Amino acid sequence: MAESGSPVRLTGWGRTAATRATLIPVSGEDDVRAVLDGRSARGVVARGLARSYGDAAQNAGGDVLDMTGADRVLDVDLATGEVEVEAGISLDRLMTLFVPLGLFVPVTAGTRYVTVGGAIAADIHGKNHHRAGSFAQHVAWLDLLLADGTIRRVGPDQDADLFWATAGGMGLTGVILRARVRMKPIESAQLLVDTDRTPDLDSLLSLLTGTDHLYDYSVAWIDCVARGRRMGRSVLTRGRFARRDELPARRRVDPLRYSSAVTVSVPDVFPPGLLNRATVAAFNELWYRRAPRQERDRLQSIPRFFHPLDGVGDWNRVYGPRGFVQYQFTVPFGQEEAMRAALERISDSGSASFLAVLKRFGDGNPGMLSYPSPGWTLALDVPVVAGLAGLLDGLDRLVVDAGGRIYLAKDSRVRPDLFERMYPRLEAFRTVRTQVDPRGVFTSDLARRLSL
Amino acid sequence: MIDALGSVGSLLLVGGTSDIAVATAHRYLAERPLRVVVAARDTPRRGEVAADLTAAGADVQVVDFDADDPESPARMVAEAAAGGDIDVAVVAFGQLGDADRLRTDSEAVAQIGHVNYVAPAVVGTELANRMREQGHGVIVALSSVAGERVRASNFVYGSTKAGMDAFYSGLADSLAGTGVSVLVVRPGFVKSKMTAHLPDVPLSTTPEAVADAIVTGVRRGGTRCGCPAPCAGS
Repeated sequence: MAESGSPVRLTGWGRTAATRATLIPVSGEDDVRAVLDGRSARGVVARGLARSYGDAAQNAGGDVLDMTGADRVLDVDLATGEVEVEAGISLDRLMTLFVPLGLFVPVTAGTRYVTVGGAIAADIHGKNHHRAGSFAQHVAWLDLLLADGTIRRVGPDQDADLFWATAGGMGLTGVILRARVRMKPIESAQLLVDTDRTPDLDSLLSLLTGTDHLYDYSVAWIDCVARGRRMGRSVLTRGRFARRDELPARRRVDPLRYSSAVTVSVPDVFPPGLLNRATVAAFNELWYRRAPRQERDRLQSIPRFFHPLDGVGDWNRVYGPRGFVQYQFTVPFGQEEAMRAALERISDSGSASFLAVLKRFGDGNPGMLSYPSPGWTLALDVPVVAGLAGLLDGLDRLVVDAGGRIYLAKDSRVRPDLFERMYPRLEAFRTVRTQVDPRGVFTSDLARRLSL
Repeated sequence: MIDALGSVGSLLLVGGTSDIAVATAHRYLAERPLRVVVAARDTPRRGEVAADLTAAGADVQVVDFDADDPESPARMVAEAAAGGDIDVAVVAFGQLGDADRLRTDSEAVAQIGHVNYVAPAVVGTELANRMREQGHGVIVALSSVAGERVRASNFVYGSTKAGMDAFYSGLADSLAGTGVSVLVVRPGFVKSKMTAHLPDVPLSTTPEAVADAIVTGVRRGGTRCGCPAPCAGS
């Protein structure tokens, strides 16, 4: 039986728009069914490690399933590299277990503290999107518990509509219980990394356009504070896993050795306004200067290359009690001017952005609400300040007019009418959702806010 | 849902024809389209307000509300909530009364006591019940500086506002941790249809300024604000 839940205030990673719900730990399908049987009229949604920035894993007045207790590995096939896991297992755990065996997660976000269920529900992407696509493309199948209590095994080859509604569907089609994931074979736990500094946005985009296909992994950090000629100056890091014979002799002994220890934690006492234009400008200047102008084949560990912020526990607290939002959008190739205009507006607004990350996406997938689509994606953290709502609404219009869209896993404030224009397959998603959940049992604050 | 930046998806105006309620809706509509429920007596003015807000981009729903009818608040809140969650409810009805008559006419005192204290308290209770179930929401109560320090010139009105203010301040405390919050707004003298017959006074404010203070107050998430300058939330 499920333990009885407790009423709690929940937020996402951005620590904004808290609402109250009953959080119920579940460890398997029987627990989930018990919640569905006795559920409140306000519905149910599954929650993993709560790294969605906004309200995707909140359900005001209703039930929220804490899935992190369902984290077992059910089957491993070392020959094919496929693992069958419960949805509550984290990518962190998968790496700890399988990197020593020569298997890496197929796709990782900028944090490894996401669950497999969450990775599918948000259809997360990583630095390898231009080569490997997003997470759902590495799922052979998943078991989905539906509103009526039945379990449906769905995948790209079986019940494809329901699979592609669930991949990127933010938990609104049912509860993902288990999945079979194709891992990526690696010979070492080290990456060979090339770093390039680019003086402005144009040089960055042309470097990416010309040479991105040569690298498995690629991402650029952009200085959003720099203006004028230096606008868009960046540090581009790209790499691939090293083969064993590419390691220095001392590392060849134990090439798959992996450790992910968290080093420091941010206390919950950051005053609001600690981050302002001056401190961020100073930080950005340091970061840019510290990066080598050009460096080749530097060995880096998995955490250093993929998850630098995971080394700083609870870094979201740095933005103070009012929280922050992340604005991540994509525009198609050929719409670079729209991206430049968006960057300029953010830069001119004086809203300090600690991080701005740019990446070149490859092809999208059939996921109805899946975010990645061919083009450029830019992600910015912005602390909550007066006037931000209007600024971001304006950026949304710019993005949608350019044929672009925002990322639901990061969103906490997009206008519902603009969201509809960003996702032309929303109606197809609604059709599938109505078929499998006619009474709307699965719902969330996100679903209510955007009338999904 | 109120989003991360304080933008609102649905607004309930109780006393929906009041100048401050209408100005608040316009202030939100200047940012985004949203659902607005106008709860008021069935008067021509209600129809005008509904048409005006529709023209401004609102998805308007009209609901009957009569402060004199004891059964009206529960029915009004249920009808408003049937169309979806209520993100922000503005309790904006009330009467100034005739100060001279209120000095001697006990029936008039009973009547203004009902409209300015009893009915808002009943509405507040119904709204709080509904929002507790929702797990989120903000109740904005229009109090008055007249209730902060009751003056002899209109002490009956002031006393009703003092009671109403105390009710909503207490309600705010009782809702701690429920996801629901209360914003008590205490404007000074507002130039509006309620005060149109009175002479101008210095330091008066406008419905638009009060609406600004309400929107800012909801964004900041405090419990109390004066007007026109919102004070820090408590």
